[in-house]
Amino acid sequence: MPFGLLKYGLSNEYPAQHHFTPATELKKHYDVIIIGAGGHGTAIAYNLAKYHGITNVAVLEKSYLGGGNTARNTAVIRSNYLTEEGVRFYRESVKLYNNLSNEFNYNVMMENRGQLTLAHSDAAIRSFRWRAEVNQHMGVRSELVDRQTIADLVPNLNMSEDSRFPIMAGLWHADGATARHDAVAWGYAKGACERGAELHQLTEVEDIEIDKGRVTAVKTNRGRVECGAVVQAVAGASSVVAKKAGIPLPIHCYPLQAMVTQPYKPILTPHVSSPHVHVYVHQTSRGEFVIGGGSDPYPLYHTRATLDQRESLSAAAMELFPFLAQARMLRQWAGTTDMTPDYSPIMGLSPVENYYLDAGWGTWGFKATPICGVTMAELVATKKVPEIIKPFALERFYNFEQINEAGATAASH
Amino acid sequence: MKLLTCPLNGQRNISEFTYGGEYHPMPDPNSTDSRKWAEHVFFHDNAAGVVTEWWCHTASSFWFLAERNTITDQIIRTFEASEIFNQRIDFAENQQ
Repeated sequence: MPFGLLKYGLSNEYPAQHHFTPATELKKHYDVIIIGAGGHGTAIAYNLAKYHGITNVAVLEKSYLGGGNTARNTAVIRSNYLTEEGVRFYRESVKLYNNLSNEFNYNVMMENRGQLTLAHSDAAIRSFRWRAEVNQHMGVRSELVDRQTIADLVPNLNMSEDSRFPIMAGLWHADGATARHDAVAWGYAKGACERGAELHQLTEVEDIEIDKGRVTAVKTNRGRVECGAVVQAVAGASSVVAKKAGIPLPIHCYPLQAMVTQPYKPILTPHVSSPHVHVYVHQTSRGEFVIGGGSDPYPLYHTRATLDQRESLSAAAMELFPFLAQARMLRQWAGTTDMTPDYSPIMGLSPVENYYLDAGWGTWGFKATPICGVTMAELVATKKVPEIIKPFALERFYNFEQINEAGATAASH
Repeated sequence: MKLLTCPLNGQRNISEFTYGGEYHPMPDPNSTDSRKWAEHVFFHDNAAGVVTEWWCHTASSFWFLAERNTITDQIIRTFEASEIFNQRIDFAENQQ
């Protein structure tokens, strides 16, 4: 409404629009407790409330809404993975993302820009051909492209044949996209809270009570809460939280670092990734270049930024886009990634009957947020594992049935 | 520059070293089922706190152990593997 906008502009108070009413007291009992209010946790609460009518739900967050890896990822959405299980899963997620703003009636700033992965070797071209075939078979737009097409797609890319690693070919993924990562968590939290779920920030789970193989309650810094079921969605702390429930996980935590430049006019449309020089670059709608993809060389639960990574990320980004040599960095940060041995997530049942896992999200968590919300909520509500997430069960490591996605992740490890 | 003290080569830049995984004792191959092996191979402690882990000085291929705090990234001490592995393991004997 133009008058509403005028009134707002002339007001001295600039009244803020509240996304949700903060819950005050913890109840004694919830049907479902979700640990972690990032994109995944709030998405599960949203789907439980909207599609399964389960609203006696508390999302417990030790810090603030969307303040963990939801805030720290580089907001890449794509589905051009290598295994059938992986492609099927991420494909559904991309579909849900495309409708997310409508679903929420809230703008998540989805932008379908496409994603280009670069090959600098014959081996990479072979694996791209393989990925393109699997992707097309599964209905994902993905194709091998030559140097001329790459130059047309990204006119500022360094196509010189005299560079250290000349670009030989690319994997073009037209379904690739980006969205405002914070807005995804905010939209889910808003929708969940409007339907009765409670978000409790600054509420840390300190212990998990288990009786005869079932979770009965969680102890928090604000008191003990009984529950019918627990879902853990705590990327970066999965091992630590699961240990409280006595569940060992095949995870190692590595910091993944990224940085962002000062804003430029819009000159780069797609997301460009090079697994070979260990970097991925895209320009945000604000004009900043996001440069990511540097994993620390050893495990750590710390999100400090290092000079080593800044140097190697800069060198790699400048090899692809030489003009970035003039760029000034605004920020550099790290997120703790839960790396699994096969680079696929761990979702579904756990050895504890009513304790559900949403873990092992490494460097692929943001892009999976909507499908995670749908499938994990279905699992909690029906107690049946949805077909699409069956391959990602924790049990696969005991049965030697890993889903190897190591070759299709953009980050360097 | 972060420094790590190699028991053989002394203090060096950490970029000269390769991380080699958590130290955890190998189960007895003769009495271990596949489930236990899977646990040994894939399931690690991933503790937030002080851990014991393998490191290798890449240039000299010297493997040793380190105690490191995974929250603060402080290296508490490094020591030779002989501190733990002080008895000969006869694999040939185990195979019989």
